[in-house]
Amino acid sequence: MTLDLSADGLLHTYGDHVALNGVSLTVPAGTVTALVGESGSGKTTLLRSFNRMVEPQQGTVTIGGSSIRAEAPEVLRRRVGYVPQHGGLLPHWTVRRNVALVPRLSGMPSPDAAADAALGHVGLDPGRFGDRLPRELSGGQRQRVALARAFAARQQVVLLDEPFGALDAISRGDAHEAFERVRRELGFTALLVTHDMAEAARLADVIVVMRAGKIEQQGRVGDLQRSPATPYVRELFERAQAAFSALGGGAL
Amino acid sequence: MTIRLGLVAALTVSTIASAQTPVGDARPVIVASKPFGESYLLAELFAQTLESRGIRVERRPGLGATEIAFGALRSNAIDVYPEYTGTGLLAILHEPLDSSMLIDPRRTFAYVARRFNELHGVQWLAPLGFQNGYAIAVRRDLAQRLNLRTLSDLAREAPRLVAGFTSDFIGRPDGLAGLSEAYGGGMRFKAVRPLAPAVKYVALVESAVDVIDGYSTDGLLSKYDLVTLVDDRAFFPPYEAAALVSPRLARERPDAMAALGLLSGRIDEPSMRAYNRRVEVDGEPIPAVAGSILVSLGLTRDNAASVKPSATGQPASKGLLPFLWGRRAETLALTLRHLQLVLTALLAAVLVAVPLGLVLERLRTGAEWVVGGLGVLQTIPSIALLAFMIPILGVGVWPALVALWLYALYPIARNTYSGVRSADPEAVEACEAMGATAVQRLLWVRLPLAAPIVVAGVRTAAVITVGAATLAAFIGAGGLGEPIVTGLALADSRLILSGAIPAALLAIVVDGALALVERTVRPLHLRKRERAEV
Repeated sequence: MTLDLSADGLLHTYGDHVALNGVSLTVPAGTVTALVGESGSGKTTLLRSFNRMVEPQQGTVTIGGSSIRAEAPEVLRRRVGYVPQHGGLLPHWTVRRNVALVPRLSGMPSPDAAADAALGHVGLDPGRFGDRLPRELSGGQRQRVALARAFAARQQVVLLDEPFGALDAISRGDAHEAFERVRRELGFTALLVTHDMAEAARLADVIVVMRAGKIEQQGRVGDLQRSPATPYVRELFERAQAAFSALGGGAL
Repeated sequence: MTIRLGLVAALTVSTIASAQTPVGDARPVIVASKPFGESYLLAELFAQTLESRGIRVERRPGLGATEIAFGALRSNAIDVYPEYTGTGLLAILHEPLDSSMLIDPRRTFAYVARRFNELHGVQWLAPLGFQNGYAIAVRRDLAQRLNLRTLSDLAREAPRLVAGFTSDFIGRPDGLAGLSEAYGGGMRFKAVRPLAPAVKYVALVESAVDVIDGYSTDGLLSKYDLVTLVDDRAFFPPYEAAALVSPRLARERPDAMAALGLLSGRIDEPSMRAYNRRVEVDGEPIPAVAGSILVSLGLTRDNAASVKPSATGQPASKGLLPFLWGRRAETLALTLRHLQLVLTALLAAVLVAVPLGLVLERLRTGAEWVVGGLGVLQTIPSIALLAFMIPILGVGVWPALVALWLYALYPIARNTYSGVRSADPEAVEACEAMGATAVQRLLWVRLPLAAPIVVAGVRTAAVITVGAATLAAFIGAGGLGEPIVTGLALADSRLILSGAIPAALLAIVVDGALALVERTVRPLHLRKRERAEV
């Protein structure tokens, strides 16, 4: 069973800065939506509204039709996977213990077995990597461990905050493959923040362009590219396409 | 927050302290002294006199200085110590000199005794029979060359001379300033160097300075054949020695009062100088000298039992190593006592400062102020902090523990606060976003990552405490400061080293032990461990 995500009329400010200015969004169950836009556009604030790391001043958020305020934040968060930009692995814990964190918090019967299974899903041999420390892994391997941690407890929803932004091209490719494989096999609903349009085009079903706390336009990648609603969306895609073509790529 | 915690801790400690102090006749008479030779000797004489009358005695030799000793006496934390009428008049009562008193010591005594009773309920017993005033001393060859006989002569020659005075003498109203005024604004020395009492005689004999302040009964005056200059303008008040007695003892122990009264008028100045010389120059043990005084005064009932081993009881001729070896049992006992003080204060500080650091880290607002406030405590000189404790906690172990505890708080609280605060913010946040509770984040991530920094704070605190604990001897808490204080008072460098060397070693050992602790709490990823790359 997968769950849909929904936000309605979110408003959030940091002092004078309006981070979310009346944002509504729906992510259908089992799909991946990418949030793109420049820094300060509100995409990370929107993402963090779904696990209550941000509590918007106005508006409602639901997962699977029920308000996320119905339960304690800790309980909610154990059901919602999260991959931060630099992985956020605990440096003094082994890979296995890191991945077993949420299974352990959720009271699953054998957290280590769940961790090993999750590591297998992201293409890391638990026998080889399970007892290592995060610093003994490459950047790409660390992000895959962070990804494994986000669904090891069979979370139905995963939030990813620029998870592959700091990786080199090859590691990023490996990480993308791992993400697509896991999604195929486990079928969760995901919200992905990125500023890499190619990544958004590759991984997401729907792209949401944000600007100054509002949603500028949303739709499938081809739709946005063919009929941009604003000059900003047009420019965003033209720039991304130019970079992609320069490398000999086809259409995004 | 800290203020409240501190107050609670202080109250708890003082409650325990008062609960453990026995009342009534069960309590032994506490005999104390100030930290210089004659005071040690007279206190021991008081103690043996009391014991010869079957009265139980507890000894607290070498209490800090006049403020500490008198503060303890006034609050009944000690019962009796030797004091001097001139000191009482000028340093305790802070009253201006009346010229009529200078002429007649008996008038000074009568006046001081009446004022002490009125103001503090403290009693002066009748004087012992000698005076020990300031004695301005010069080398004999210099006195002859410059024809120095009186202080007026000294005032005339002062611009050519370098003075080495104790800081006590430089600072007291009856010291240098008053002296200079009394001698018509003279005494303008070429230079005035502040000297510790322990080194002033050596400095004079070695010609590092030309004139020093001594006490008229100092044994070293005769050892070095020094000339004391006549106070021809009668500036110095009489310094008659007498037993100063606490309100409690005066009220409740007529037997002890009568026993101490047996010494009144029995010791004249030449005798006292000879006794001091036996202690300070010949290195005879203080209890032995006190015992022989008792015998010569015909006061003893069982003189064989009255001589006990003591901190100062070694012949002066031995070298340092045999001396240290001879004291090994006592040094071990003092070291253990020292360690006990340090560990107790340190443990109490950890129990308070680590939670405090965690609370501050959560509050954030005002945290820097609170930690800064603890830092200010650090700047209070130890001896001043110890003196503040006396009215609340008396003398002995408790005020020392509280003072050491206060000193240890800052490094531990500071490091806990900063360590936990700076622990890998991304890992902590990720943990929160995974659904870990605040307590789980603290126990699983923040404390383990901060542990080496917290332990480093404990190490700093431990080394500070080992050093500061030597000063605890000034308020009678014992430990390795005891031989240091006595050694300074008697200018006995071997005795000083017998406390200073173990104290330094102890600091190194404690620091090393905590370094091991620091290694064991170091998080996995920071350990230097070769892991085979697979």
